[in-house]
Amino acid sequence: MKSNFRWSLLAAPLALAACTNTSEAPQSASAVPAENLRTFDKNPYPSTYKAYPGVATAIRNVTIFDGEGGRIENGVVFFANGKVSGVGGADTAIPEGTKIIDGTGKFVTPGIIDIHSHLGDYPTPSVEAHSDGNEATSPTTPEVWAEHSVWPQDPGFSRALANGGVTALQVLPGSANLMGGRSVVLKNVYARTMQGMKFPDAPYGLKMACGENPKRVYGSKGRMPSTRMGNIAVNRQTWIKAQEYKKRRDSGKDYTRDIGMETLAGVLDGDISIQNHCYRADEMAIVLDMAKEFGYKVSTFHHAVESYKIADLLRDNGVCSAVWADWWGFKMEAYDAIPENAAILHNTGACVVIHSDDENQIQRLNQEAAKAQADGRRMGFNISDADVIKWLTYNPAKALGISDKTGSLKAGKMADVVLWNGNPLSVYARPDKVWIDGALMFDASTPKLRPVSDFELGQPGEGDVK
Amino acid sequence: MRHFLYAAAAVAAFATPVAAETIAITGGRVVVGDGTAPIEGGTVVIRDGKIVAAGATVAIPSGARQIDAAGKWVTPGVFAGFSRLGLAEVDAVNGTNDKSGGRSGFSAAIDVAPAIDPFRSPIAVNRSSGVTRAVVAPESAGSIFAGQGAIADLGADGSPVTKVRAFQFAEFGEEGAASAGGSRAGTHLHFRAMLREAQDYAAGRGTFDDDLLKAEDAKALLSVLRGDTRLLIHVEGANDMLRLMELKREFPAIKMVFVGVSEGWRVARELAQAGIPVIASALNDLPATFEMLGATQSNIGRMKDAGVQVAIGMINDRDSHQLRYTTQYAGNIVSLQYVPGATGLTWDEAFAAISSVPAEIMGVGDRLGSLKAGRAADVVVWDGDPLELSSAATMVIIDGVEQPLGNRQNRLRDRYARPTEGDLPKAYDR
Repeated sequence: MKSNFRWSLLAAPLALAACTNTSEAPQSASAVPAENLRTFDKNPYPSTYKAYPGVATAIRNVTIFDGEGGRIENGVVFFANGKVSGVGGADTAIPEGTKIIDGTGKFVTPGIIDIHSHLGDYPTPSVEAHSDGNEATSPTTPEVWAEHSVWPQDPGFSRALANGGVTALQVLPGSANLMGGRSVVLKNVYARTMQGMKFPDAPYGLKMACGENPKRVYGSKGRMPSTRMGNIAVNRQTWIKAQEYKKRRDSGKDYTRDIGMETLAGVLDGDISIQNHCYRADEMAIVLDMAKEFGYKVSTFHHAVESYKIADLLRDNGVCSAVWADWWGFKMEAYDAIPENAAILHNTGACVVIHSDDENQIQRLNQEAAKAQADGRRMGFNISDADVIKWLTYNPAKALGISDKTGSLKAGKMADVVLWNGNPLSVYARPDKVWIDGALMFDASTPKLRPVSDFELGQPGEGDVK
Repeated sequence: MRHFLYAAAAVAAFATPVAAETIAITGGRVVVGDGTAPIEGGTVVIRDGKIVAAGATVAIPSGARQIDAAGKWVTPGVFAGFSRLGLAEVDAVNGTNDKSGGRSGFSAAIDVAPAIDPFRSPIAVNRSSGVTRAVVAPESAGSIFAGQGAIADLGADGSPVTKVRAFQFAEFGEEGAASAGGSRAGTHLHFRAMLREAQDYAAGRGTFDDDLLKAEDAKALLSVLRGDTRLLIHVEGANDMLRLMELKREFPAIKMVFVGVSEGWRVARELAQAGIPVIASALNDLPATFEMLGATQSNIGRMKDAGVQVAIGMINDRDSHQLRYTTQYAGNIVSLQYVPGATGLTWDEAFAAISSVPAEIMGVGDRLGSLKAGRAADVVVWDGDPLELSSAATMVIIDGVEQPLGNRQNRLRDRYARPTEGDLPKAYDR
């Protein structure tokens, strides 16, 4: 495999730096003799995100969707010091000195989380020079990290915040490659650097892709894979190498670091989640077997337009499906997409996440969820509004491994909160205010609280309502 | 073999609807589509495929089939202001994608009409979401003139074209420049030179040796030059629009309609003054290109306030498959009324922007796009506010004929409502 040689070549110059910055030992370190312990920094580009200052705030007389399927009418949400401190009914005591917002006629949800975005990696303007999402030079590039392509000045972050209430997002490499590289979870807060946006202590993901894209991209170059069987073959060969790498690493013997293999070994260790682009049901089933073959777990199938066909299998394997409401027909593997996909999954007991993969629809994930809910209702599956909000908040947080920190309005979690001017499942609703870690980062009534990226400064429409 | 089987199934799925009948739809909230307020408990009467009347006090003809729409909404069908509907089954499968004929060697002469296939599944899918008519345009390739588009209906029958060669479609801005040698200077030069060649052709002076146009292209452009055929121009940036308005002064007979128009608000007064209608993308709000730096969802509302005639269209936005987004987009424009500092449309204006206004802009407002007497009876009954996400069409009538609402997606839904296999494989479940 040509591609495997390529990683070794790329990785070799980095090996010397391996021991210089030791902050964290590999998980299996306890199993190896101390004198052979090879440690390296697993977090060399650490988050420098700091919550912005906020004031203790309570919203009352408001309808609350708590993100975990709960709904409270005429409720109270309050937060202080960046954390949710209380959620309850009208009689919930509000501490003195808390700023009070009347939420009459309005709705509160946790911040919306998009599990599938390319903001920053494919930013607008969508010019060739900004095309940084696919390292389409080898079918397996686990060595690349999406964070190293993130342009923190992407105007799209502000639209996702102001129109979509998005407070966190996973930025993924594209799907040209079978193994596209590491994803990164960001707080949707502008910063001068990528590190300044990075969600503190969020686990990494590995983007993988089934189907048409890898076989087309490499097949058209006369390279493997050019077929679906080629896709799986290359994946399996690579996982075998990753197992060998992990074995050598864990043996305590000397070894040469390989940053691609480190990511794959991280998956086998259970530290890095698999975020797998996969449209067709039959291919998902093969991936599930491949995961068992090599001892890893798939967190989420992305796009997953045929998940409804194997909803029981996905439920039994505890795998989430990140789906659009109704995209279809743009490519052959999207031909059997149906608008009831999410509803059938939910009704079968499988995990549903609504995702965007799109700089426009990330602004309307609430609307996409509402359409999926309505299509379910028409086939007799009545899914409550509160459960549908879970598709946009708690479920993606769980699939990303950050549900202990955000994704629902529970005391102690990050105060990532959206106040909507109506029911967010209505086409007529928009975010009124958005707090991230308790700091007011968007307020529809305050033009100064509408972020403007460097790119848009001094341009037509700077600071416009958008 | 497989192909034959598929064809047989397709025929069954597209059973011919019953012929036009006299229908009275009563008791619903009737939206005429012309921007006037809904009429509670109104009646819509249809005969011979046309609207006879719609209003609060309409007599029901004897013998009419009565449809009770109490608690429902009754509107004109959605008129998709810009699309590639019927031109592709699967976008990325070349054999099924007829959007661009640019490699044919022709440009302006290309006529999409024969490529609009009413049996393609996007027709059925969008029909069941209440879309009844669509502006269908070719995609450009290699020339600023992409060819002639049509107005189509989404009826379940073999004749989709309502108006053939309804317009010529052209690309300006970045895409046009790419076709014209890489510069907007080339776009304007090509525009003038091609029109001059068309005039030469009319005068019998065309050589067609080294010309930009073939004779067939020249014929098609002549009709544009004389103002017999509208010229729909995709343009996004403010400067491109200003320069086009200068061209319009040079060729005053050309009936220009701008499509896309993300920065229209920046030149809204000029557009209104020039009397150029627009078919605008509703929700563009990102600087996707440098000609869209000023994009905002308030664009449509601001243009409307300035007196521009504005319809909603979906250029290059899932325009072969997702015309069913049209109502959602219109709803979003309504929602802007409740956002401080934003400019939207009222509900009544927004519905007009997806029914009567696009029909008027395309010159067929006297025949299509509303429930006024004499218009084609394209009527949709909805189970709620048609712009709301929870609502669906419960009955779709096109040219007075009630349409089937089933489609391939429904069949898959029904097969997999309970995904686990039963006594036989899913392949036997239908």
